[in-house]
Amino acid sequence: MYLNEVLSALSSADGPPGLLPARQQMAMSLGWHIILACFGVAFPTMIFVVHRRGIVRNDPVALGLARRWAKVSAVLFAIGAVSGTVLSFEMGLLWPGLMGPFGDVLGLPFAFEGLSFFVEAIFLGIYLYGWDRMPPRRHLMMLIPMAIAGVVGTFCVVAVNAWMNNPTGFTFVPATGTTPAQVTDVNPWRAMFNDGVWLQFAHMWVGAFMLVGFVVAGVYAAGMLKGRRDAHHRLGFTVPFVFASVASVLQPVIGHLLGLRLAETQPSKLAAFELATTTESPAPLRLGGLLIDGEVRWAFDIPRLGSIIARNSFTKGVQGLDTIPLEDQPPVNITHVAFQVMVAIGSLLLVAAVAFWFARWRGHDFTGNRWFLRFAVVAGPLAVVALECGWVATEVGRQPWTVWQVLRTEDAASMSSGLWWSYAVAFVVYVGMTVGAFIVLRSMARRWRAGDEELPAPYGPPAARPDERSRR
Amino acid sequence: MSLAVAVAVALFVGVLAYALFGGADFGSGFFDLTAGSAEEGAELRLLIDHSIGPVWEANHVWLIYVLVMWWTGFPETFAATTTTLILPLALALLGIVLRGASFAFRKYSGSLAQARIFGAVFAGSSLITPFFLGAVAGAVASGRVPAEGNGPVLDSWLHPTSLFGGVIAVGACIFLAGTFLTADAQRSGHEALAERLRVKTLGVGIVTGGIVFAALVPIRHDAPTLSDRLLGVATPLIVVSGIAGAATLLLLWRRRHAVARVAAAVSVAAVILGWGVAQYPWMLVDQVTIEDAAGARSTLIGLLIVVALAGVIVLPSLAYLFWLTQTEEWSRDDEHDSTSPRPSGGSATI
Repeated sequence: MYLNEVLSALSSADGPPGLLPARQQMAMSLGWHIILACFGVAFPTMIFVVHRRGIVRNDPVALGLARRWAKVSAVLFAIGAVSGTVLSFEMGLLWPGLMGPFGDVLGLPFAFEGLSFFVEAIFLGIYLYGWDRMPPRRHLMMLIPMAIAGVVGTFCVVAVNAWMNNPTGFTFVPATGTTPAQVTDVNPWRAMFNDGVWLQFAHMWVGAFMLVGFVVAGVYAAGMLKGRRDAHHRLGFTVPFVFASVASVLQPVIGHLLGLRLAETQPSKLAAFELATTTESPAPLRLGGLLIDGEVRWAFDIPRLGSIIARNSFTKGVQGLDTIPLEDQPPVNITHVAFQVMVAIGSLLLVAAVAFWFARWRGHDFTGNRWFLRFAVVAGPLAVVALECGWVATEVGRQPWTVWQVLRTEDAASMSSGLWWSYAVAFVVYVGMTVGAFIVLRSMARRWRAGDEELPAPYGPPAARPDERSRR
Repeated sequence: MSLAVAVAVALFVGVLAYALFGGADFGSGFFDLTAGSAEEGAELRLLIDHSIGPVWEANHVWLIYVLVMWWTGFPETFAATTTTLILPLALALLGIVLRGASFAFRKYSGSLAQARIFGAVFAGSSLITPFFLGAVAGAVASGRVPAEGNGPVLDSWLHPTSLFGGVIAVGACIFLAGTFLTADAQRSGHEALAERLRVKTLGVGIVTGGIVFAALVPIRHDAPTLSDRLLGVATPLIVVSGIAGAATLLLLWRRRHAVARVAAAVSVAAVILGWGVAQYPWMLVDQVTIEDAAGARSTLIGLLIVVALAGVIVLPSLAYLFWLTQTEEWSRDDEHDSTSPRPSGGSATI
């Protein structure tokens, strides 16, 4: 039954031929890019911390970490840049119905994003090639513009998504018999600084630190599990884990504030999050469960808690799906499950982080505990899943609208029937990029472990260039 | 100048910058591809890596700038172009993805075998991208993109102006890259390498120059609106391009490599400017003018603010990057690059 609903939700038969492949391709490429974007946002700050420690305390271990992280970030940034370019093409290739009428409404934040990405690319170039070539402190400073650009870039991209959820800054005149629909009174600044932008930005920005923090800490936890417990591994674990811990404590607060808006702004999304079929006041908190034939099955209800969490009230209800016309409802189960998985993982990571620091305060070091280390290894992938689920929840929950209550997704999608091909090729390329990145990062790590800090000349056997060696 | 034209000019500056900076990057793929076996080609491939390594990501952002300016400033024409030219755009995109990823993968790959595979993908895809972007430009310039979009998927770009546009773009990229790499090789003391690059670049320059002027005939029939202005108001630029191109060849012939790259850049920039001037006042030739294509006035003002900010923030940073890579500032080798030629700029030196 569930599968049926997924399929029918995805393939609304009356949409244009490009609707389903456009959605799939966008979901894949955006879902892939967002992981790398997180590294672009959060990694420079973490590198700054270890690099600064290396310089200030004259600590070779910290400097070595910074150097390695810089190389990793070079690979991730490169493929992040290309997957980001893919997205800017896709905006037009897949969603001409959005970009044509609304390009001048939503475009300005993209222009600022381009600006900040430019800054990040330039200073990454300087930073990467500046090792051993610049005065140490000036070299370190090159990370600051990168970190700032990461913040600005996140804000700008999220601003566009927040606008899709809270469209403002224009007047929409629907089509009548003779005249086509018109978008007038455009105010791009109002669109950019829409009502939903600040909280949504904060949620994403903090989410990036959670993801990168847990992923990087997990890599060193894996090393410790294999018995590598040197200063390098301890520092490599601790720095990102601190970032991840702070982020996981902040994240539920931001998420809660963000969720409170939904009752007013997007009741259908909230109803899907909470699996509220009918309006109940006070609303229960519904854990698990699926909507099957209009009935909630396998859910565990906690009375009143839904109202407290979703409305900050003991009495206010959550508007039920029955108040929303069927054609305006999002795919409920996908939205609900994605939302709950995000919250569940977020809570788990929060508890783990708090427990770690509490234990440490009491004099117990969990990095000596194999079970904790195992958990730290999985925490990275879990954080990735939570982030993806968060995006699925907010994006699928917005359906069937691309621009909330203004533009339906089927009207935004391309009419091209060739998009299945584009999706198939994109799929193969993304799998290839994933495999390539995995192979390259793994062989880098192996070489480092073998004590070979520097990479061999990559384009030919060293023996092939005697002239180079003799030249100096 | 109206607001719309000002934004169109800012957009076109991005096209020009991408063609020069990104173009030199793309062209280096040709030399990488034809560098020979791992042993023979190691020297040249290292030179290419040093030339484009620090700057390619920044160069690449020009394309994103162009796309964003386009869809924000002239949204309906962007949608019309993407729905019509979906195939060449998707193929250019494929090239960009494969190229960017494999360049990074090669640099950090763990073995020679890995580096070979990634290197071949990098070099091959470097040629695909300029071809299809050139074809897109040709299709727009010859009036093949209908204002309402969804034009014919193949017919809109399989015709002389587009195909010549693609070939000329590839040739120009290789020519640019060749002059820069030759100068770099010479500057870093790789005389034999510089000599080989010089011969190749001379050949590419002669062929590309020939194609550019040969193309004027079919374009005359295929794209009358464009060629009327190309052979009218834009003629001085075409002449400048021809003279600068010939001067480049002469300078290369006389081994004046440092000056040759200035001439090469002027030559390519003049061709592209010529196209821009010839296309004015159309956004989509024969379909929509720049004025009619422009989005909301408030957004155009916003875009010009972004452009002004870019002038204050991005240009000095970019200049700093290019200054660092071009001058002796970074020529001190670090330990892991001790077998490599001195970094000396490459495409950074335009």
